[in-house]
Amino acid sequence: MSERIVITTTINGERQEFLADTRDSLLEALRDRVGLTGAKEGCNNGNCGACAVIMDGRLVNSCCVLAAEVEGAELLTIEGVASEGELHPIQQSFLEEAALQCGICTPGFIMSTKALLETNPDPTEHEIRFWLSGNLCRCTGYDKIVRAVQSAAETMRG
Amino acid sequence: MVAAKEYKVIGTRPIRHDGTDKVTGRAQYGADIHLTGMLFGRVKRSPHAHAIIKKIDASKALALPGVKAVITNADFPRPPEGVGVTDEGPPQPWRFQVQNFLAENKALYRGHAVAAVAATDVHIAEDALALIDVEYEVLPPVLDVREAMSDNAPILHDDLFTKDSAPLADAPAKASNIAAHTQIKRGDVEKGFAEADIVLEREFTTTMYHQGYIEPHNGTAYWGRDGHLTVWNSSQAPFVFRNTLSSVLQIPAQKVTVIPLEIGGGFGGKLYMYLEPLAALLSKQTGKPVKMTMTREEVFESTGPTSGTYVRVKVGAKNDGTLTAMEAYMAYEAGAFPGSPVGGGMNGIVAPYNTPNVLVDGYDVVLNKPKTAAYRAPGTPAGEFPGDAVINEIADMIGMDQIEIRLKNAVKEGDERPWGGNWGPIGVVECLEAMKNSPHYKSELQGENRGRSVALGYWGNAGLETSSSASVNADGSVNLVLGSVDIGGSRPALAMQLAETLGITAEEVWPRIVDTDSVGFNFFTAGSRTAFAGGWAAYELGMEIRKQMVARAARIWECKEDEVTYSDDGVIHGPKDSEGKDRQLTFKELSGQLNRTGGIIDVSVNINKSSVGPSFAGHIADVEVDRDTGKVQVTRYTATQDVGTAIHPSYVEGQIQGGVAQGIGMALTEEYHYGADGRMQNSTYLDYRMPTALDLPMIETILVEVPNPGHPYGVRGVGEVCIVPPLGAVQGAIAEAIGVRFTDLPIQPQDIIDALYDE
Repeated sequence: MSERIVITTTINGERQEFLADTRDSLLEALRDRVGLTGAKEGCNNGNCGACAVIMDGRLVNSCCVLAAEVEGAELLTIEGVASEGELHPIQQSFLEEAALQCGICTPGFIMSTKALLETNPDPTEHEIRFWLSGNLCRCTGYDKIVRAVQSAAETMRG
Repeated sequence: MVAAKEYKVIGTRPIRHDGTDKVTGRAQYGADIHLTGMLFGRVKRSPHAHAIIKKIDASKALALPGVKAVITNADFPRPPEGVGVTDEGPPQPWRFQVQNFLAENKALYRGHAVAAVAATDVHIAEDALALIDVEYEVLPPVLDVREAMSDNAPILHDDLFTKDSAPLADAPAKASNIAAHTQIKRGDVEKGFAEADIVLEREFTTTMYHQGYIEPHNGTAYWGRDGHLTVWNSSQAPFVFRNTLSSVLQIPAQKVTVIPLEIGGGFGGKLYMYLEPLAALLSKQTGKPVKMTMTREEVFESTGPTSGTYVRVKVGAKNDGTLTAMEAYMAYEAGAFPGSPVGGGMNGIVAPYNTPNVLVDGYDVVLNKPKTAAYRAPGTPAGEFPGDAVINEIADMIGMDQIEIRLKNAVKEGDERPWGGNWGPIGVVECLEAMKNSPHYKSELQGENRGRSVALGYWGNAGLETSSSASVNADGSVNLVLGSVDIGGSRPALAMQLAETLGITAEEVWPRIVDTDSVGFNFFTAGSRTAFAGGWAAYELGMEIRKQMVARAARIWECKEDEVTYSDDGVIHGPKDSEGKDRQLTFKELSGQLNRTGGIIDVSVNINKSSVGPSFAGHIADVEVDRDTGKVQVTRYTATQDVGTAIHPSYVEGQIQGGVAQGIGMALTEEYHYGADGRMQNSTYLDYRMPTALDLPMIETILVEVPNPGHPYGVRGVGEVCIVPPLGAVQGAIAEAIGVRFTDLPIQPQDIIDALYDE
């Protein structure tokens, strides 16, 4: 049955306290309790990656994390990726390379790409495809997404 | 690429207008809506594939704290007998449509909605489902299309009688699972087979496939105490939904407002409603807004996949590759209610070739699976694949190149279509030549267990109604109001066509998709019609704005309107002034003077054009087969397509690449696994197995442009035909790699192993 708990965490650099159901996943808490709807529910079982966020520096599917687990954690969601007034190079590349059609999977792909490029700034095409195989896209056939990641990596290497 | 005409905006690649919201997480999709006092709804579904519903008892659920309402089919108003849902929606009888929203007295597939609940919290709503008691009398299900057609099959609907496209001497006396039979006939196939040197007959099957859009269905409704129903959702057809809601809930159309939010993929699957009427009835009972979303399992089990099929095809050819006859028998699963897309398959198999003698029979068959929905070139992939497979086999038998045999039989402008009428300008030969000359086809296939093959695709495209409006702002920018939702880049495609017409930039036009109160009727976003029909509307809006701008300039210059010209670069020229100097105003300059020359310019149009250009595509696939694991890797892929005119080439390429990925999924990995009890055994993404980034190569695209003369900018739909050829191309490439011609899709690793190691 329902039980409510207070959770204190840092989301996109801001300290947040919110009330959640003990049964809430992090995805449900972000969307329904905090009001950050950029992470999307595609499958609710970790298959599609549309809900990906970065938790304490690690890429996670927020549908597979309980809200209660993020007590004291630092979270980065898609809403926190762009800096004031400027898109992140990954976001810019996705736009320029037309790497989205419907856009529902895009937040997850951008979070995954960010996690990839932070550990591997110069990935091969195969490494990109391997890393992104946890994110499903049904519109693009991945071609333009892979190109956007390549282009973002190049920009970020400077 | 064949550039037919020089354009300034068309053919460029501007950043899409809605892009920034989508890469920053700000774009609002259906499930992102939150309303004050909102309740959450969930659906109770049948665990049986075929069962009589004896009793539904919701008393325990209603007693759970937080539960506010439970509804069943009995809560829908009863309409007069024989009333159709809407003139503008899919032609579904009322009872079938409502019976799919909530089962009436029979559950017809596992996952069929039986009741719906609204509660203060989504977890409570889920808890309540287990407390709704439903008493079933379980019936044997029928799950295979050929079994469903047999005389002793369990009958789903005792009031369903076979309809035939040819008038029958006697009306059928017995209810049947065969909802309809249709036929395409030309010439005399027996004569054609007699003239052939080779006659080849093969049988094929395909499984059901799901559209697989990443965003599950959703619908939020608020039925106000004034009787006005407002719905927020993600769909491909806000106006059709409005009309259907008006009909099934029996409220006037003007009292229903559908507000379309961003849509996370549809591919045809979001032309159909599931949740919105339930949310509406729950809202009516509770007086509060009710939000409903589906789980992924519900999407797989309860929303429309495309048909599983059985196809038998017989082709006659001469030793020089000339086709003499083609006969096909196509049985398509409609799911629990009539309406499979068998027509798409029937057209597809015969469309690309000038076969003099043709006979195609199609059957629409109900069985205990979810009601099928449209899926990208509905019905055509499963129907055209058998034709490609047999033609490739004939080419190999007579030692002819697989592209050459198609060139020999390809349809051209002026040829007769098998179902009547003649082809307009079409690009089959152009696609085949582009394939032949592609770097891919000219490259040498290296290594063992590798194969290459080709296939063609056809899709007719749609026109239908579009309403749109536009207004000119004082700074020279333009607002474009759209009523067809943007499923993958139509905002830029339409804004660019208006910008081209006016001689301004794509960025100076702001396209916005509005609700059903704010623009005239728009049919669905489907049939590859949005860039075509919306583009026509944008062109007409632009021409009307030009006309009015000319009138304003004439007023300013105190001359006649016919002394003013509007040039394509957006500069308005007048007669020379008294000193003999040229008089001209840019679009922007004149826009700043509208207010004092009669007020702003605001125009609207409604179009309904049938001058669609059909689409053809030709693909080349290379595969490598692993003989130890049975895994097939697509190593190279090239897609040519007659796109008419590529408005925004990046999004045209994107449509093609996405269609190819889905087609490869159909060929190799995607499948509905049903148990004998009618339960889908793989209703998760991981087990259903859509292609991931790792499964695919880069997908090379070659845009062939044969402009459609029925459109001011030559536009043809581009979104659908691209899903058709991958099935035949991949199956053919496997045949070339290992010498096995598979006839049942998908071709899974186990099938490869079984075929290679028969003993």
